[in-house]
Amino acid sequence: MNTTAQTSRRDFLKTTAITSGGLLMGVPLLTFGDAQAAGTLHTPSAWVHNADDNTITLLSARSEMGQGVYTSMPMLIAEELNVDIRRVKVAIAAPDAKLYGNALLGGTQLTGGSTSVRDGWENLRVAGAQVREMLISAAAARWNVDRSELKAENGTVLGPNGKKATYGELAEAASKMPLPVKVSIKDPKDFRIVGKRTKRLDTPAKVNGSAEFGIDVKLPGMVYAALEQCPVIGGTVKSVDAARAKSMPGVIEVVQIPDGVAVVADSWWRANQARKALAIVWDEGAGATLNDKAMLEGIRAASKSGRPLPIKAVGDAPAAIAASNRVVRAEYVSQLLSHSPLEPMNFTASYANGKMLLIGPTQWQDGAQGAVAKAIDMKPEDIGVQTTFLGGGFGRRIDLDFIVQAAQISKAIGKPVKLVWSREDDMTHDFYRPQSVHQLAASLGADGKPTAMTFRLTSQSVTGRVFGLPNEVPDDLMMEAAVAPYAIPAIHHDAIKHDAGLRVGYWRSVSHLLNAFANESFVDELAKEAGQDPYQYRMAMLAGQPRFANVLKLAMDKAASRPLPAGHARGIALMEGYDTYMAQVAEVSLDASGAVRVHRVTVAADPGRMVNPDTVEAQIQSSVVFGMGAALMQEITLDKGRVQQTNFHQFPVVRMSEAPAIDIILVESTEKPGGIGEPATAVIVPAIANAVATLTGKRVRKLPITADAIKAA
Amino acid sequence: MATLNVNGKDLAVDADPSTPILWALRDTLGMTGTKFGCGQALCGACTVHLNGAPIRSCVTPISAATGQKITTIEAMASDRVGKAVQDAWVKHDVVQCGYCQSGQVMSATALLKTNRKPTDADIDAAMAGNICRCGTYARIRSAIKDAATQLA
Ligand code: FES
Ligand code: FES
Repeated sequence: MNTTAQTSRRDFLKTTAITSGGLLMGVPLLTFGDAQAAGTLHTPSAWVHNADDNTITLLSARSEMGQGVYTSMPMLIAEELNVDIRRVKVAIAAPDAKLYGNALLGGTQLTGGSTSVRDGWENLRVAGAQVREMLISAAAARWNVDRSELKAENGTVLGPNGKKATYGELAEAASKMPLPVKVSIKDPKDFRIVGKRTKRLDTPAKVNGSAEFGIDVKLPGMVYAALEQCPVIGGTVKSVDAARAKSMPGVIEVVQIPDGVAVVADSWWRANQARKALAIVWDEGAGATLNDKAMLEGIRAASKSGRPLPIKAVGDAPAAIAASNRVVRAEYVSQLLSHSPLEPMNFTASYANGKMLLIGPTQWQDGAQGAVAKAIDMKPEDIGVQTTFLGGGFGRRIDLDFIVQAAQISKAIGKPVKLVWSREDDMTHDFYRPQSVHQLAASLGADGKPTAMTFRLTSQSVTGRVFGLPNEVPDDLMMEAAVAPYAIPAIHHDAIKHDAGLRVGYWRSVSHLLNAFANESFVDELAKEAGQDPYQYRMAMLAGQPRFANVLKLAMDKAASRPLPAGHARGIALMEGYDTYMAQVAEVSLDASGAVRVHRVTVAADPGRMVNPDTVEAQIQSSVVFGMGAALMQEITLDKGRVQQTNFHQFPVVRMSEAPAIDIILVESTEKPGGIGEPATAVIVPAIANAVATLTGKRVRKLPITADAIKAA
Repeated sequence: MATLNVNGKDLAVDADPSTPILWALRDTLGMTGTKFGCGQALCGACTVHLNGAPIRSCVTPISAATGQKITTIEAMASDRVGKAVQDAWVKHDVVQCGYCQSGQVMSATALLKTNRKPTDADIDAAMAGNICRCGTYARIRSAIKDAATQLA
């Protein structure tokens, strides 16, 4: 961290007063690397900080966790502000849901749901245009000319007779202009930045070690904490003997908080060593009997006894299936998963004089503020949140447990403290992707196509856990991609919520993966029963679905343009998620041990308008690899309430030698922008499942598709 | 008090001899470019060079490094091969969250120092210990090949 930003942190507690009036006057920014503006900052709007030394800092209200918002959000502002994207600085916004809330997520300041670009698409361009107009107004006043004679270009306002002023020179005057209510924004055909392949702004700092992640935060006088939590999630401390831990080198204090016992020391290594010397008696609580197999049986039982919440019904599908003599039924099961971003959970908290400063990696700024306020009885306005880079999120950093813990420890010891979880803590104390059971049935007509289909999903509602959605209210985030696009005369789709007892979280692509795995495996099974080619079978049912048919054809044509080696097979799948249409073709073989090898994945995506096509590609590459792990190798299991997997040897992540070649076709489109951070994660799973079924003749209906699972099928 | 030679400088480190190099770098010396991902030599985020060879600093105690040369990500910009690797990473826009990338750059640099024309199999072997949870492997592979060309 550079000194400017360090200073800004120290100043934070003195100067912070997040204004409610819409301006961010006087709030120091946390920026990365050398990004801090050196001049006096002027803030014409909440999105643009214009310094009189010509440094322009654009705010990203979304957290950078790899998905590229640190570049794409500023691109949208810069497009209208008319500045060179390579010359702007970026800062992540402080919590202020009024200013920075995500309209697609109920107005809270949360990064998730592949919403950043979709939410910012218009807002951020308007924000850039507003400031541009304020700069023009300032110049018009200065030169006493009409606004219509001026234009703003490349960081400069140009006027008649060669008059010129840089944005920096106009910064102060512009910041006093009223925020224009109505501004015109460009027709997309005039875009100069948006839609162009643009280099990420955070790359240089991320290849030389200078990028600051939460785990790298340093504050003056900061100490380090390691936290022992009950091996059964939700368990509490009955008693603790900390005498031995306290006598270990470097240990400063031992603090009990609701989630466990924290050892505070002068380095994290020493804190974590001493932690092992704690003697704790736990009250393991209700979770102590949890077992993943029993949990799955509970879900299966609930699929019969629970209360179905409607997803979609057309005609009388159950009756049609009951009357048919050609019925296919199948049950699909998805496993528990951890998020396991590479940077373990951590946060830094500094409590002094009734104010709290929180610094670290979070996907939910105002959530963090609110949760800490509640946990330690403070006013939200006395709590500052500064967001660092996130070493991966995938949904894990929507949760706030580790932030509250850091705050509680700092409050208890009255010092700045950095709490860092070990990998083992991280893997065994996650909010897990829930298990699910799908029961699907379809009747086939004389042409082999389905005449009716029923779909029942039984799983745990994450929204119930995170946001307290009542049990009787359908959870939209369980129903994503639940209805496949195929023309089927009668369908009956519903979902049953069942709390299996383990805490669950949003995991990259959320229910898209669960539902697409079931739907797209099933359509292949129907094609097989009908004796038809799975590609032609799908195509025949996609009349009137041009975006689906287009991506499917593009992916298939591209994949089929290469010869298929002996011992390889292809599988296809498609889905719409986050307004992005996508098809994938996976080419697989089995290795000597019988494990699946994915050689090549062909992806055709129609994400509507793109802000940065290079990021779109990167996110598809990322998601394919991420979803592959879930398809083939990862599973969290529980015994006596304890998560059995503790580190990457038991929860493997796809490695270099296992990563497939990925061909990507992006469809140019003028449709509204779709999300891209997640959907490919879901589509790859059934594409692989279908390829394996074609290759081996064996259908694995339970994830992950391991060598053993294939042998047993 | 141990002395560690880090990036060509002898630095006094007030830490127990069993302390992993990773934590001496991060917490004692304040060099946080080297990352903690697993603590068990399973992810490669903590990769540094010891006498030029890539090691997992999370499981290597400082007692094993006295009198030897530790090189970290912070020194790569001034290393010919390291710089070529960093430049190729920028050119291919490899990074996503970026958390694994210090370790990836260190492993790739070590590879290219001993093998100027790595095959795909060489890359697979050299990078096998480095997890990227964001799945940037395709770009890492392209960037390594590009850096090899630049260095040729
Ligand atoms: S932290 Fe050392 S290998 Fe993972
Ligand atoms: S870039 Fe995120 S772990 Fe590699």
